[in-house]
Amino acid sequence: MATLEIQALELQIGEKLVCRNLNLCIQENERWGLLGKNGAGKTTLLHSLLGLRPITSGHILIDGKELAKLPRMELAAKIGILFQQGLSTLPATVFETVMLGRHPHVQSLLRDNPADVAIAHKALAAFDLDALSDREIDTLSGGELQRLSLAMLVAQTPQIFLLDEPSNHLDVAFQVKLLSILEQKISEQSACLLMATHDINLAARFCDRIILLKDEGEFLIGERDEILNEENLSAAYNCPIKSLSGEGRTLFYPL
Amino acid sequence: MISNKQFLLFALLSILAIISILLSLLSGSVDISVSQLLNNLFHAENNLQTQVLQEIRIPRTIAAFTTGGLLALSGVIMQVLLRNPLADPYILGISGGAAVGALSAILLGLSGLWLSNAAFFGALLSILLVFGIANKFGNWSVTRLLLTGVVVSAGWGAVINILLTTSSTNNVQSMLFWLMGDLSQSRVGLAHFGLLVLGLAGGLMLSRSLNVLIRGELVAASLGIDVRALRLILYFSASVFTATAVTIAGSVGFVGLIVPHMLRLMGARDHRLLIPCSILLGGSFLVIADSLARTIIAPQQLPVGVVTAIIGVPAFIIILRTTIRK
Repeated sequence: MATLEIQALELQIGEKLVCRNLNLCIQENERWGLLGKNGAGKTTLLHSLLGLRPITSGHILIDGKELAKLPRMELAAKIGILFQQGLSTLPATVFETVMLGRHPHVQSLLRDNPADVAIAHKALAAFDLDALSDREIDTLSGGELQRLSLAMLVAQTPQIFLLDEPSNHLDVAFQVKLLSILEQKISEQSACLLMATHDINLAARFCDRIILLKDEGEFLIGERDEILNEENLSAAYNCPIKSLSGEGRTLFYPL
Repeated sequence: MISNKQFLLFALLSILAIISILLSLLSGSVDISVSQLLNNLFHAENNLQTQVLQEIRIPRTIAAFTTGGLLALSGVIMQVLLRNPLADPYILGISGGAAVGALSAILLGLSGLWLSNAAFFGALLSILLVFGIANKFGNWSVTRLLLTGVVVSAGWGAVINILLTTSSTNNVQSMLFWLMGDLSQSRVGLAHFGLLVLGLAGGLMLSRSLNVLIRGELVAASLGIDVRALRLILYFSASVFTATAVTIAGSVGFVGLIVPHMLRLMGARDHRLLIPCSILLGGSFLVIADSLARTIIAPQQLPVGVVTAIIGVPAFIIILRTTIRK
């Protein structure tokens, strides 16, 4: 189990304020969605939670320990991220790539541990990539590459999943499958998850808590049903958004 | 994962290395047979063959193998550091700096150790210059480093041309040999070979990290790698390997660029395999090229850098054509 706590976080990209005084605590089994319009700073916020970019002020605590003081390997064994930009396609096979996810866990200098190999194979199989194991990654389609990145993240077995637009390039069937794999991993590993997405309905379907970034460093944060409504979304996206309810779910669509 | 097929590649390259070294020890103006060679290696006798082997052929073979191995290793590292398939050991201007040092020494009538020192000093100057400019604002992105290196190279190129056009014909001949890469003047010590062994050991220790870094800096950082420290180590180690290689043999082209690519085409992408294989193939390649360079038009010698390209280009094209992409 792991917790990700953010205290009084202020974050800026150049002149633009992403958030001011953001406080939250993501705990075991929780699924958080990060919404906001293009350029609101969703990716910046995710990267800063991993120490990939500096924060303006505030604290980020992983299991109560200051992020900056944690050794990188220990951090990488705990938190994994799916990047929005895909993997660079310098030559490598699918299997070689998914094995990289085990990097924070490998013990031996040159040998591959059979347990690591087994985890990598399982991750490939989960995303229906086992048949492509020996394929060159530059021959994969956009959707296959996205599934490979996801398999690499699953092979990393983190306790905190950060995902940047996980549904990019995925067809609807794989979007649904992705959510069920994530759900399973979260309960198996007592993990938690924060996903940035532009797909309001994906977040509405899967996340139980929402951070909705607005302009000028303002944001809304809370339970899904409190945050996701026509009024909040229309204001945040600066575009009229309506909702439709049926079969126990609510769908949001722009007018 | 290292498969059987990949291990076979390593085994074949080891055999190639042994054959190329034997070939090099056996070829030259004094005839030495295989049995004489083996006799001489194990119990030295006081005859012409022993003298030729100990004073000429063995040092020269070691020089060729060391130079080739260092250049190939440096090429692998530069390609990871710059994440660019066109990167080679000379792309960041190291050979240019060394050339200006060496050519200036030739102009001043210096030779031997002084020439080597001048080349090494020029290389060192260039390494620090490029790093200093690229790193000025604490931000040395791949693009910034690459652009700085290419621009500094161009600057050295201009100085080289000035030196060439203003020197006497006699000096120009030596300068051209240096620029093309030439082993006939080389002096190699145990320290040079030791550096190659050290490079192999260090490279193997970092090989997993290299596998990750080649996928991008953000990916590497998210998987627990201290990217800034790793890039510093890679930049300076590759630079020292290149500087040492050009100090031994001048700027031998082609080895550092194509050896890693040949091996990647043959399936060695994992750096745990690519690094030792590159050293073996780079070393063997230069040993073979040098054997040819000193025998094709004997008693005259060709600069080895010319031969590397002449046999390297067709070899590379054949591998490019015959490797089938899955």
